Amino acid sequence: MAARAMWRGVIRMGNSSVPVKLYSGLEDQNVHFRLLHESDRVPVKQELINPQSEEIVPFERARRGFVTDDGDLVIFEPEELDSLEPESSRDIDIVSFLPPEEIDHRWYLRPYYLGPDGPPEPYFALITALERSGREGLARWTMRTKEYVGALRLHHGYPMLLTLRYDAQVVPLDTLDAPGGPKLDEKELAMARQLMDMLAASFEPEEYHDEYRKRVLDLIETKARGGTVKTKRPRKQPRYEDLAGALSASLKKERIRA
Amino acid sequence: MPRSRPAKETTDFGKLRPFWSGTIAFGLVSLPVSLFVANRGKAVSLRMVDEDGTPLSRKYFCPVEEKALSNDEIVRGYEVEKDEFVVVTDEELDALAPEKSQEIDLRRFVPLSEIDPVYFERAYFLAPNKGASKAYRLLAKGMEDSGRAGIATFVMRGKEYLVAIIAERGVLRAETLRFADELRTPQDVGLPEVGEVDAQQVQAIEKEMRALESDRLDRELLVDRQSQRMLELVEEKLHSGEDVVAAPEELEPDEEEGAGFVDLMQILKQSLQEVTPSGKVAASRSKEEPRRRRSRYGTLSERSKTDLYEQAKELDISGRSNMTKEQLIEALRQPR
Repeated sequence: MAARAMWRGVIRMGNSSVPVKLYSGLEDQNVHFRLLHESDRVPVKQELINPQSEEIVPFERARRGFVTDDGDLVIFEPEELDSLEPESSRDIDIVSFLPPEEIDHRWYLRPYYLGPDGPPEPYFALITALERSGREGLARWTMRTKEYVGALRLHHGYPMLLTLRYDAQVVPLDTLDAPGGPKLDEKELAMARQLMDMLAASFEPEEYHDEYRKRVLDLIETKARGGTVKTKRPRKQPRYEDLAGALSASLKKERIRA
Repeated sequence: MPRSRPAKETTDFGKLRPFWSGTIAFGLVSLPVSLFVANRGKAVSLRMVDEDGTPLSRKYFCPVEEKALSNDEIVRGYEVEKDEFVVVTDEELDALAPEKSQEIDLRRFVPLSEIDPVYFERAYFLAPNKGASKAYRLLAKGMEDSGRAGIATFVMRGKEYLVAIIAERGVLRAETLRFADELRTPQDVGLPEVGEVDAQQVQAIEKEMRALESDRLDRELLVDRQSQRMLELVEEKLHSGEDVVAAPEELEPDEEEGAGFVDLMQILKQSLQEVTPSGKVAASRSKEEPRRRRSRYGTLSERSKTDLYEQAKELDISGRSNMTKEQLIEALRQPR
């Protein structure tokens, strides 16, 4: 079953252009709940309240405000906010081609597949060129009223735009201090490494399943039929007070398993 | 988020609670940690205000009884048929996976480079809870040296997550990953088989690619231009004085409302430092000074007295029980 395209655009690199269609790379599998008022089981609504007068303020009368460092408030009219929206465009501008390790996973947000729009030849040529270069493109585009930054890369041999977080959204690591303390014990460190080696594996995403999702749906079904469910307290895990003891016991356990 | 507690939805980060607390199990070693959201929201966040500039708060309402609801009057329901809901409680959800709700059991360590970018969803920083700093450092060092990530599944707020624990510069991060069935394949989307390629077209594209080659990611390219335009408009308005409401004499937000602008970095730094010997904390404090200046609307003075008191207790500030809110803020601001 072919998915429906969510947007059409044109990849632009200098004089080259490749018309494409965008498809979501994700399949929503979440169990969606709604918030209800407990006594009458009616879905709640959200209202804006003036905390001083406790009065409801209708959304159309509300404004958006920006609070400055000095605590001053700057109010925006809806038309002003509209005027800040980017101009709509079909262009997906590639601004640079980077070695793949330059954009790391801290930036990644959402994947979108690209498919051909119109005759597929330019699209096939783009795939080949991306394959050969081994680099990924940094793209900027405006989809509806929002600006995006993304990485243009291949996934299973097909081009994908992986949207990226903005600069200000990723906390730079050098602003955080790692927990410190006395020098780590070499013996403990060696045991920790050994344990990690024993648990080393390659990443096989298909091995992991959301079993919990199924249990939630089963629970809902049971309750919908009027059945009851037991809730039990989670059991306490055994604790080791000393780290070295826990590590050596773990190694012993893994050796028996192996 | 499919499910989040009503309390969080209304107050955002108004409370100093971590997103999740539990233990990381590594063999028989258990490491109690707290998770804090690692990605900040938009650079410029706007508040809802009325025409006079009074900040508004969001409240849940029952449309039938037309009354405001407190958080304990709200439950979570799943719509089984139109307007027919099955109510599910937090306790029931936690009981579905009691172990996984409190533990991230690292049973595999995989090369970090093997995890495809499409899997990464959201990042959380991990801070060691009291007494766990040594195990934390040991795990971080072992993983960082080997370039491996610990993989596990766990349950947080009513949803199961696949998670990669990654160490970088001594800081542990939990990156939630998508499950394989949450990702579409090119076949699911219906992308065509790659056919005949025109060599000339390829060359033309390659030429343009080469012209755009660069070796480093320029963070300037990742700037949120929409937010920048908004800040420019803010400047303009401040300059003309139009639509500007001056700061109230006393910036004392309603404690109950919590007001949502707590500086996450500050919380996180404190959590990371809590277990370390004194001295280090002072160093980290001076480094964060410029940041705090910028976001002063949302730091200590925004927090409730109870929260401040709790923190004072953790930091063992003497005389805390007799302090007013202002005194607590002052004491917490002192470098230690």
